[in-house]
Amino acid sequence: MSDIYIHTKDLCFSYTDADGKIEHPALNGISVDIREGEYVAVLGHNGSGKSTFAKLLNLILEPTSGTLIIGGVELTGRELSDEEVLQLRKNVGMVFQNPDNQLVATIVEEDVAFGPENLGVPMPELRRRVDDSLSAVNMLDYAHHEPHRLSGGQKQRIAIAGVIAMMPKCIIFDESTAMLDPSGRREVLETIQMLNKQHGITVLNITHYMNEAAMADRIIVINDGKLLLDGTPDEIFTKRELLQSVGLEVPQCAALIHELRTAGIDVEGTCISNVESCAEIIAEYYAKTNLHREEQDV
Amino acid sequence: MYKIYLEHVSYIYGQGTPFEKKALDDVSLGIREGCMTGIIGHTGSGKSTMMQLLNGLATPTEGRVLLDGYDINSRPEDLLEEWKRLPEYKNLSKGAAKKAIKREVLRRKRELCFRVGLVMQYPEYQLFEETVFKDIAYGPQNMGLSEEEISKRVREAARFTGIEEELLDKSPFDLSGGQKRRVALAGVIAMRPEVLVLDEPAAGLDPRGRDYIFEGISHYQKTTGSTVLIVSHSMEDMARYCDDMVVMAEGEAKLHGSCKEVFSKVSTLSEVGLDIPQITQLMTLLRKKGLAVAEDIYTVEDAVLALRKLLQKGKGES
Repeated sequence: MSDIYIHTKDLCFSYTDADGKIEHPALNGISVDIREGEYVAVLGHNGSGKSTFAKLLNLILEPTSGTLIIGGVELTGRELSDEEVLQLRKNVGMVFQNPDNQLVATIVEEDVAFGPENLGVPMPELRRRVDDSLSAVNMLDYAHHEPHRLSGGQKQRIAIAGVIAMMPKCIIFDESTAMLDPSGRREVLETIQMLNKQHGITVLNITHYMNEAAMADRIIVINDGKLLLDGTPDEIFTKRELLQSVGLEVPQCAALIHELRTAGIDVEGTCISNVESCAEIIAEYYAKTNLHREEQDV
Repeated sequence: MYKIYLEHVSYIYGQGTPFEKKALDDVSLGIREGCMTGIIGHTGSGKSTMMQLLNGLATPTEGRVLLDGYDINSRPEDLLEEWKRLPEYKNLSKGAAKKAIKREVLRRKRELCFRVGLVMQYPEYQLFEETVFKDIAYGPQNMGLSEEEISKRVREAARFTGIEEELLDKSPFDLSGGQKRRVALAGVIAMRPEVLVLDEPAAGLDPRGRDYIFEGISHYQKTTGSTVLIVSHSMEDMARYCDDMVVMAEGEAKLHGSCKEVFSKVSTLSEVGLDIPQITQLMTLLRKKGLAVAEDIYTVEDAVLALRKLLQKGKGES
């Protein structure tokens, strides 16, 4: 088993309003371990605290209380130097929802170079990193294009390249596919999958799309600032009622399996998070009942 | 009866420049009155351009857009022809007639904005008033309605979209994303448009927020009998809420008909780069595995019905 990369214990965060008053806690005691190279989807309805959680991992926000250890470095309970914060942000990159809000330069390759340049990466190395990052997201042909002329999916891939160029250990995607069309979403999801499987980058994908969450190794569900569920997609999607009670749902295939079971058709199998395995489960049941019938006929 | 009819409509961006681009190419299409029609198509297929043509934000390069049978972009010269037939016209001097026609063209344009309500993408970014009430009231106010009528309209629109009474006095900026979206929708509904056009109304919302929005739209449509057009990427939502569907690709309306008809042409759909609902994919896989399930299943409910029959039949006869 690989090492734990992110460890949180009783992590809390409260926003303060304009008068400095502390509001209802946005995060209320999250304890979770994320291993190196894991692909974790984070689910929760709007306002559940999942984006706050992501912002703590990148130190955009500072925890109010609790423990946060990333890459073996404890980040809570003491003053952090600027270098430490910078180092952490280099290791834990973030890709946001709106592609137009995170591109800063007028030429694609300059945009990708923005991060490493600010880290002080020297020239031949910088060139190599930009080219490698762009080819990793399959956008090398667009190096000299203007970002604003690209499609939404292409812009998001440029934003991802900008993060990869800093050679992070972990990337957090905060609803990075929400504003994209189906083909743009596919491009970005394939890129995420590739970064995780081939480059071993730890991935946290915050999403509202259940089909997207089903692609992860593991799903954590946050509700009302607390960790509600933690498990594989197959495990999570068996808890349909609980998910619905917190404003979430299960993928259509999983919903179908649930409905069939409620109707007394006892299809067997636990892999209910993707189309292929659901089809198998149903076909198997069909074959069994049919066989049974044929035996009776004989 | 068609509420809206597009007659050989073409639209070209930047005509005569090096960036010339044909966004719509000879589209002829009728939208049924009182129905919910979904428009799908990937980015650049021309669907957003088509939306803008419906309430006069853009004028077709060629062809006509008819609302209740009348061209929505009546030009001064068409009006002149129309008016020449009226007896009153003879009493007008040429200058006065010109002015009157100009006024009439503007009046019709303005009226069109109220008759065809457009809800843009991420409409919550357009909220600007101090209170939710005032924001919803902005449209009706511009229609020149009385205070009493405005108040009635605001409350009615709030009910349609599920905005609680106590939220009306709050600042729209203190609301959650899903609530803001519903306030923006209420602002358009408060004008009681005969045609409601929405661009990606549920984009970026969580499942519950999405259901609220669609239920609000559907409630308004069923109660008032208005015609609704929804542009969306989500085939799953379209299947659940729409009566008819139009598939746009390369500036053309490639498919048009009831949801059942459109979904049955699944192969064409994947060619134009769209996502087929997961449940329909599952049914296709099952058919390949030899299960006799119909092709036109696109909601979980229909799938349950079909499979129950099939799977229980085996049991029942044994």
